Amino acid sequence: MEVKLKVLRYDPESGKEPEYRRYTVDMPESATVLDSLIEVREFHDGTLSLRCSCRSAICGSCAMRINGRARLACKTQVSSVAEDGEEIVVEPAGNMPTIKDLVVDMAPFWDKIRAVKPWLQPSGPPPEREYLAPPQAMIELAEVMNCIMCGACVSDCTVLEVDKSFLAPAALAKAWRFVHDPRDGNTAARLRELSEPSGIWDCTRCNFCVQVCPKDVKPMDQIMKLRAEATAIGITNNAGSRHTFAFTSTVKEGGRLNEFQMLPRTHGLLNIAANLAELPGGIRMIRAGKMPSPFTHKIPGAAHVKRIFKRFEHAKV
Amino acid sequence: MAVYQHDVLIIGAGLAGMRAAIAAQLEGADVAIISKVHPVRSHSNAAQGGINAALGEDDSWEEHAFDTVKGSDYLGDQDAIEVLCREAGPALIELERMGVIFHREESGRLGSRSFGGASKARTYFVGDITGQAILHVLYEQLIKHGLRVYEEWFVTDLIVEDAVCKGAVAMEIRTGNVHVIAAKSTIIATGGLGRMYEPSTNALICTGDGISLAYRIGAPIIDMEMVQFHPTTLKGSGVLITEGARSEGGYLLNSEGERFMSKYAPNMMELASRDVVSRAEQTEINEGRGVDGCVLLDLRHLGEERVRERLWQIREIGIDFAGVDLVKEPIPVRPGVHYIMGGVKTDIDGKTPLEGLYAAGEAACVSVHGANRLGANSLLDTVVFGRRSGVATAERARSVMGWTPPSDRYAEETKRKLQAFLDRPLNGDRVAKIRLDMGNMMSELVGVFRTEEQLRLAVERMKDIRARYEKVGVENKGKVFNTDLLFAIELGFMIDCAEMTCVSAVARKESRGAHYRTDFPQRDDANFLKHIACTYSPEGPQLSEMPVTITRWQPQERKY
Ligand SMILES: Cc1cc2nc3c(=O)[nH]c(=O)nc-3n(C[C@H](O)[C@H](O)[C@H](O)COP(=O)(O)OP(=O)(O)OC[C@H]3O[C@@H](n4cnc5c(N)ncnc54)[C@H](O)[C@@H]3O)c2cc1C
Ligand code: SF4
Ligand code: SF4
Ligand code: FES
Repeated sequence: MEVKLKVLRYDPESGKEPEYRRYTVDMPESATVLDSLIEVREFHDGTLSLRCSCRSAICGSCAMRINGRARLACKTQVSSVAEDGEEIVVEPAGNMPTIKDLVVDMAPFWDKIRAVKPWLQPSGPPPEREYLAPPQAMIELAEVMNCIMCGACVSDCTVLEVDKSFLAPAALAKAWRFVHDPRDGNTAARLRELSEPSGIWDCTRCNFCVQVCPKDVKPMDQIMKLRAEATAIGITNNAGSRHTFAFTSTVKEGGRLNEFQMLPRTHGLLNIAANLAELPGGIRMIRAGKMPSPFTHKIPGAAHVKRIFKRFEHAKV
Repeated sequence: MAVYQHDVLIIGAGLAGMRAAIAAQLEGADVAIISKVHPVRSHSNAAQGGINAALGEDDSWEEHAFDTVKGSDYLGDQDAIEVLCREAGPALIELERMGVIFHREESGRLGSRSFGGASKARTYFVGDITGQAILHVLYEQLIKHGLRVYEEWFVTDLIVEDAVCKGAVAMEIRTGNVHVIAAKSTIIATGGLGRMYEPSTNALICTGDGISLAYRIGAPIIDMEMVQFHPTTLKGSGVLITEGARSEGGYLLNSEGERFMSKYAPNMMELASRDVVSRAEQTEINEGRGVDGCVLLDLRHLGEERVRERLWQIREIGIDFAGVDLVKEPIPVRPGVHYIMGGVKTDIDGKTPLEGLYAAGEAACVSVHGANRLGANSLLDTVVFGRRSGVATAERARSVMGWTPPSDRYAEETKRKLQAFLDRPLNGDRVAKIRLDMGNMMSELVGVFRTEEQLRLAVERMKDIRARYEKVGVENKGKVFNTDLLFAIELGFMIDCAEMTCVSAVARKESRGAHYRTDFPQRDDANFLKHIACTYSPEGPQLSEMPVTITRWQPQERKY
């Protein structure tokens, strides 16, 4: 089978901007994109650099953008991305600086992993033998332990694109692994730290990390679980969770979202600086006709909405 | 004076290297790890099945030790095997306490499965991602302890002065810069060499670097003829299907749908020792009862639920790499190169006969695996002897007197060597071509079944390979992330290792464990109950013998 590749090449020593180079290689039907790139590197162009090792989706080395989306090259069959022999576009992973060709600098990635204090912190002295733990809890943790730290989720995270400080999906999924571990004794402190700015409340739930993760770790779902846990133990004194509460309470009161009240309720009425910082955005919204009047009227079914809330709250207890 | 200097330098950040580092640091030494890939990319992550320890109430370390001795076909050193099995329990509990999410029973205690060659169910596991789960937890501990890692630095040479190892020379892959890293003790923890065969279950980075590095400075390398062929590697790419698949109840079938293991190992069936199962499969294939050069691994009767809980990764592997869903169809498998029992000769504290040099993990040969390693004993080997060598090197750092670090001139020598590759023209041959030719030759001539004639031919072929290697150039002349140059150096390491394997295999004129000679089908304790050692000479490996330590288990016939 003929495989056509269009690879984004970059060599910092050349002084040139990144540019695409095209290769055509002959491969067996079952070949992966990684097999094809290795064929290029070994027999056509030895100057091509990429990371790869296990060839079986376990070492996490080979995340890159294939046809615009982050994937593991070794887990991507050529036939799945170029059914009729189309050209396959291969680029380095996003949201990380490129070192050379398809090799990116993952230092920021690892800094964030370190930032969530990713080691077990049991409280009290260890037991005589192993810690006792429910089997189901361990199986649940395995979902997150499946993470191979490939960075595909980080590559395609939409928040990270605009805010480099965001802890990002991989580190937050890793954090869940400890929060949910019955052996860890530091859950509350962990959740408090994760609720700080750049943490769990900054995710916009675009779901991209879930879609691109090659190991089905579902980082966004883990972030949502962290939010729920944080809220459940009363860590609500932060912009993110206040935003969520403001959202629900205005709906509960008026039967509809009162955007005008969202900001002060999120930041606190007295946090003038934070509210002012959001002012330009608010003004733009008003100009564009997207901000409803501050004096929203209750919708006709408001009483019914309140009943729904009541029932839900009742059911929870 | 060298800019980089430590008490203990550990080459390799797999399980053995990281475990050693943590131990040495806790003992108060100044430690650094150097690794050609980020620690979690190390090949230990590929271990699927599990790690052994006699923790069960009906089990004992002695039984574990006996199974290991028998599995080794009596070539393992029994003093070392005793240490391995005695320390297994504490080592496993320690991993659990560090955070490994081992499989539990309903009671909340650790749960185990049975593995090939074992008389009891003593393999502890995390689904089929055990290696990854342990490797990531050790990396977490590395972060916790703030250990220094020279990440993506590639060791090209070891430094030896007055018969003392004094550290290493390494190339920083990102910049191409070459540095001397001086150390009072150096631990080789560079893993295996599977890539010298084609195909192999091993990752592309498993190129025998440390074994060759130690060999080049005069350390003895033993048992290099003992190469393990894993019975279930996937058709095509050679990716591993864990032994866990058989321990969960998988069957091996030939083209006639027969569970052929009943002919070869009527008691243990699919769970006989790896060498036994690999030979059985190869015999079926050679005698025309294979399917397309493979036999079939049938897991359909396990049901989707059990597969989802315990074998999720290999199901994915089957689908991604062979287009087969094991819940619905049997998977085609065949024996494939998997593990090297041999390696750098060490004592039970990781110490080699060369002062200042230590080794642990797959690159080392303590020897606990002898002629055949039991499944799930290797991860155990990495943590037990990783820890012990960490402690021993820290001890040495405290006691060594009058130690002078090596000069920077070693970096200059290495630079000249690297430059030679860059200066040579690309005259038709390529590093990758030489590697493939060597790998195919090794699989053909130094495989599951061996003969004098084939092995002698292999020795001859290795001479051609080396001659071609000495003339090869690399295409990439740059400094930044020049993997082309790196592969050229790795090929040199693999050639050293392959030569040692070939000449040792010629010398062992008997069949023992993984080394099966059709011309000498019996084990011959009178002449070959000994280790074959290789030491460096410019003409090629020089052979000598080393005794096997026997403590309490006298050699018997090995039957499963
Ligand atoms: C597919 C597969 C499945 C397996 N399953 C099991 C199992 O279930 N149970 C079991 O007990 N065993 C299993 N094994 C065997 C076991 O995984 C390995 O033997 C063990 O993990 C080796 O660990 P290590 O620490 O010695 O080396 P590795 O984990 O291979 O680490 C080697 C390290 O050395 C570094 N390195 C190498 N060369 C250089 C250099 N020149 N410069 C700098 N750094 C270098 C690498 O970067 C890496 O960090 C399996 C093996 C394979 C291939
Ligand atoms: S869901 Fe959240 S974490 Fe995931 S990619 Fe989107 S913004 Fe990033
Ligand atoms: S969560 Fe998934 S995509 Fe993100 S690093 Fe882990 S394995 Fe890769
Ligand atoms: S090569 Fe290891 S994940 Fe792709």
